[in-house]
Amino acid sequence: LKICVLVKEVPDAAVEKRMDPSTMRLDRNGEKNLNPFDTHAIEAAMQIKEGLPEGTVQEVVAVTMGPESSVRALHKAVSLGADRSVQLTDDALAGSDVCASGYALAQVLKRESPDLVLLGQQSDDGECYTMGAVVADHLQMPSLTQVIQMDVSDGKLRCERQAEYGYDTVEIELPAVISVGDAINEPRYPSLKAIMGAKKKQLDKLSAGDAEIEASRVGEGGSRTKVLALNPPPAKEKGTIIEDEDTNDTVERVVAWLEERKLI
Amino acid sequence: MAGILVYALHDDEGNFNKNSQGAISEAAKLAGELGTEAAALVVGDVSDEGAQSLGAYGASKVYRAKNVPEGLAQPIVDAMAKVIADEDFDYVLFGGGLLGFEIGAGLTARLGAGVTMEVTDVKVQDGGLVSVRPILQDSQIVDVQYVGKPGIIIGRLNAFDTVERNGSSAEVIDVDVELSPWSTKAKMVTRGEQRGADVNIEDADFLVAGGRGLGKAENFELCEQLASALGGAVAATRAVVDAGWFPYAGQIGQTGKTVAPKLYLAAGISGAIQHKVGMQASENIVAINKDPNAPIFEFCDLGVVGDLHKIMPKLTEAIKAKKGA
Repeated sequence: LKICVLVKEVPDAAVEKRMDPSTMRLDRNGEKNLNPFDTHAIEAAMQIKEGLPEGTVQEVVAVTMGPESSVRALHKAVSLGADRSVQLTDDALAGSDVCASGYALAQVLKRESPDLVLLGQQSDDGECYTMGAVVADHLQMPSLTQVIQMDVSDGKLRCERQAEYGYDTVEIELPAVISVGDAINEPRYPSLKAIMGAKKKQLDKLSAGDAEIEASRVGEGGSRTKVLALNPPPAKEKGTIIEDEDTNDTVERVVAWLEERKLI
Repeated sequence: MAGILVYALHDDEGNFNKNSQGAISEAAKLAGELGTEAAALVVGDVSDEGAQSLGAYGASKVYRAKNVPEGLAQPIVDAMAKVIADEDFDYVLFGGGLLGFEIGAGLTARLGAGVTMEVTDVKVQDGGLVSVRPILQDSQIVDVQYVGKPGIIIGRLNAFDTVERNGSSAEVIDVDVELSPWSTKAKMVTRGEQRGADVNIEDADFLVAGGRGLGKAENFELCEQLASALGGAVAATRAVVDAGWFPYAGQIGQTGKTVAPKLYLAAGISGAIQHKVGMQASENIVAINKDPNAPIFEFCDLGVVGDLHKIMPKLTEAIKAKKGA
């Protein structure tokens, strides 16, 4: 089996994210990190690899699309266990929307012909939840998102997830595209040795041309959505915040607040 | 016919999802403004009466694909792609829900169409639709226009209000859909399984909800005691339900219940969008969390930054004392 894990570089959670009003795109400056949701996908790949007889999973490949700096997300993915990584980076891809990005990523994945593609449930910055299903249709593979339990046997996956009416159990033939929920596992921490060694693992850098991506289908020009305006949310009166220093005092204030509103 | 097509999800008993009914209502309103029509698509075993009943929300036609199973996205992508191509729909609208995300995303790839998700409002502008979508933890709002057709709009949970009109009946049109080879490679083994005890949170005026910040399942006791002092019930986030700390029936949010009690007290809950959509209509929101950067502090009415393990027992005692007095 060959497993590809799609990963993404996102602004660090501690850095305030903002849109750049001149380009209507996310300002991607500031400290960058591997999307925390993606670490669950890498962990899921590692658990499949480690759970099957040695050699069954030949390799785990981390794949990303992004600016030059996105190698950092790949290094992190490799330090968490991926065997090698692929970076799709090209100025022509900048400003791609979901439709364009999904097409571009699928073109890269086609070169790898994986048996299983794993993703995190969402990106920390875009809140899209959709990339797995977009990529799956391009690859003509079955797919499922928000999977919280996954077992592999006989070329099939048995997956569980929460949907609208409770828990669903779904059987899926490989090859398949699965996006995992964050409840699926507790990602491991990379060892110092793995962090040091990450930069030595094979990293293939692809341009749009290398991946046979049609220029007309990507970037701002190839996108099918256009951001017209960027607005602040409707003003909402900010709530009262109490920093708990003296708990007795805190509790007194909370009780008074509840009483004022006739809640007790 | 150009118009707006809505996917209407139903459960195994044939009851249509509230978010789907809301999406049809919204589509009918928008279609009225655009001078076109709204239609719905249903799959699987839906009766004539069931399909016709969607007319009450404003669907003029209901396309029914009986040979397409309900519950998994890809066969429904096949059905919608066919109807969109045959009938030349301009827009496709989904109510909030997991399946809508998956179907909408599949259609994006299949049709090379623009998509927006977590949409909270849709506007008519220059003869077309513009999606309004909060981004970056709801700190900014973008207006998004579609390039080419169709435009795919995936609503946020509870974004669209259900409006029942004067009992008009929709025309039902059966469609034969050829499934893509990859659409039949995923099979539902069990659907909608309930896990854990049955708890009722929808009728409670006071809810104490616990999240990952509780630390362990046993600490739900803190919520139980506070809820009991308030005379309310206990609820939970998706994360702790998936971890097996609390029954699924008590889950708030995207794939759980939507509640609007008089008081919602969130203990150890960060307030991710998926949770927020299920409780933001609560009259009063109180949050206790040790992380001052937790998103919930952006939308609560009273926030306490501190250790819930210290605060909750004392708060419970204080409320008991107050009520006893």
